[in-house]
Amino acid sequence: MTDPVFGPAPEQAADPELVQLLTPEGERVHHPAFDLDFSADQLRGFYRDMVLVRRLDIEATALQRHGELGLWAQLLGQEAAQIGAGRALRPQDFVFPTYREHGVAWCRGVDPVQLLGLFRGVDQGSWDPNEHNFALYTIVIGAQTLHATGYAMGVQRDGAVGTGDPDRDTAVVAHFGDGASSQGDVNEAFVFAASYNAPVVFFCQNNQWAISEPFERQSRIPLYRRAHGFGFPGVRVDGNDVLATYAVMQAALQRAREGQGPTFVEAYTYRMGAHTTTDDPTRYRLSNDVERWKLKDPIARVEAYLRRNGLADDAFVAEVAQEADVLGERMRRECHALPDPAPRDIFSRVHVEQTPELAAQQAAYDAWVASFEEVG
Amino acid sequence: MTTMTLAKALNAGLRKAMEDDDKVLVMGEDVGTLGGVFRITDGLQKDFGEDRVIDTPLAESGIVGTAVGLAMRGYRPVVEIQFDGFVYPAYDQIVCQVAKLHFRSQGRVHVPMVIRIPFGGGIGAVEHHSESPEAQFVHTPGLKVVACSNPADAYAMIQQAIHSDDPVVFLEPKRLYHSAKADVDESAPPAPLWQSRVVRPGSDVTLVGYGPTVSTCLDAATVAAEEGRSVEVIDLRTLSPLDLVPVQESVRRTGRLVVVHEAHVTLGVGAEVAARVTEECFHSLEAPVLRVGGYDTPYPPARIEDAFLPDLDRVLDAVDRTFAY
Ligand SMILES: Cc1ncc(C[n+]2csc(CCOP(=O)(O)OP(=O)(O)O)c2C)c(N)n1
Ligand SMILES: [Mg+2]
Repeated sequence: MTDPVFGPAPEQAADPELVQLLTPEGERVHHPAFDLDFSADQLRGFYRDMVLVRRLDIEATALQRHGELGLWAQLLGQEAAQIGAGRALRPQDFVFPTYREHGVAWCRGVDPVQLLGLFRGVDQGSWDPNEHNFALYTIVIGAQTLHATGYAMGVQRDGAVGTGDPDRDTAVVAHFGDGASSQGDVNEAFVFAASYNAPVVFFCQNNQWAISEPFERQSRIPLYRRAHGFGFPGVRVDGNDVLATYAVMQAALQRAREGQGPTFVEAYTYRMGAHTTTDDPTRYRLSNDVERWKLKDPIARVEAYLRRNGLADDAFVAEVAQEADVLGERMRRECHALPDPAPRDIFSRVHVEQTPELAAQQAAYDAWVASFEEVG
Repeated sequence: MTTMTLAKALNAGLRKAMEDDDKVLVMGEDVGTLGGVFRITDGLQKDFGEDRVIDTPLAESGIVGTAVGLAMRGYRPVVEIQFDGFVYPAYDQIVCQVAKLHFRSQGRVHVPMVIRIPFGGGIGAVEHHSESPEAQFVHTPGLKVVACSNPADAYAMIQQAIHSDDPVVFLEPKRLYHSAKADVDESAPPAPLWQSRVVRPGSDVTLVGYGPTVSTCLDAATVAAEEGRSVEVIDLRTLSPLDLVPVQESVRRTGRLVVVHEAHVTLGVGAEVAARVTEECFHSLEAPVLRVGGYDTPYPPARIEDAFLPDLDRVLDAVDRTFAY
């Protein structure tokens, strides 16, 4: 209802605009602000990336079912959002992921097997964030958005924005979900980023769910519009459209690198799987919705486009499928072989400089283990 | 009399409290339609409606902060924190607001809130899902802190905590949610909430635990008995206030005390128990009070959590060591 004094509620404002370059049917459409020409190689590359990360995800889910992983957070349905965002990065850009960013990890050169460690319970993140410019997964909802903002403030202080040097100017990406948008940390990240005009892109995958809670529980307005209140631009992109996500992210990242400040990108998508392997979504959502979103599959539309335009044939599709099989087989093999950590190492890892107390606990632990060996 | 899991007992206790007092509200992430990730609130929204069983936005500070306002308006919010490691976004609200309102308002404002936290490890979870943050709350004046260890207590204690006019941090041993099964007599008069309890009498050494470690202590007592040692086991139940009367009475007989918790040993509840027992029972002690707990490291990856958690061997070893003095 329109209030006689305050006017219409914002939720009644015009329908949210959705940037799209490739329709679910695989039809190439154009957008006045975010259009790009994609080469055939690029398009085939997107297809390959998405097929492979979907396989990675399916394989990890199966590994969990077989007891090889304690848990897995599936990315099923969010391949385009993650590949689009991941491929728009330059090497010097830095990414702060949640726990579901397997597709972005892929783009950053993190080996899929390394992603399994956290979920298998052998480590809490096994890659070197500085080697891949990809921070460790963050499970505490929203915390990483502040880290991204602070990192971007560091980039500013290093003078690595707005120089015009494409190899130097740096952007930072904060990944988070629709649920996370409610956290204090996330909103504080918006405030800081706006206040300092930090070179950070807030990339929210609105997959419609935060475990069992629908998006409507978190926000009455489309999320991207929140950015306006904080003082920076926001845009909603079809998160199942890898071309549009890539194009929008490329523009947002470029804005950041040029020193024009933060951008909020809402990738509108859908969590096709369960929240994690311990979740049972039949308790809270209708299969109708899932079926409806199946028609918007991110991979099928790229395949349709490639085939229709003679950019890919059966042989290409089979070759990628074969590559996926090899990846799956390797993940199974190497997951089994992931070694358990040595318990005594936990005492050395707490500080840069080990404290005498922890050294003593470590020595006591060693003696304790040895006492069993003596007994035999 | 009904046989229930600990999870079911909590569910039944919450249901009873909601039936008895329509000011009781349940709120938290996924507590409504889903019934919580552990199903502790299963079916409550269906029966009591969305106004009383509230699926909140994903923001712990928001959950606890709005619960303060609801409490000031006369409600009795029961807040669910989804996992121990996710209570910290609400830490400021709990420590600076919930804990201090009664004091600051000279008693004019009551905050009859229960903050339920599934705590402890042993479930093979990823990081932040296996923590034991109790000492942080025990260290905070203005909060009361309790931990249940079995279905019958869970059923009674959750209701008593809700009836309390003071804020209560209510710790639930998540590893026992679906494994601990026992008869619960819903009509039995409950034991007072603020009392610890001897759960197995003995005469040679006293073992003290709470929450998930009570069963570890009981197992240790069984094994020790086979070796001819009589172990008395005490379930603290309440961590703030601490009820050490049964512990001191026990130590005066046994002369030996071992405290067991999953939380880091340094400045844990065991440290407080040791200090107070030493002050009160110095001349009865045959050995220093020993503590068995998590090491002073972050909770490790799940595959090696057994090395971190106090287990039967480590408890029995501590028992042996008290006899070495
Ligand atoms: C601070 C905090 N509170 C609660 C949780 C438990 N939790 C894990 S994921 C999740 C939902 C997240 O939803 P969203 O941000 O939309 O991301 P998605 O899982 O959909 O990718 C919740 C509540 C957590 N990890 N951290
Ligand atoms: Mg979500």
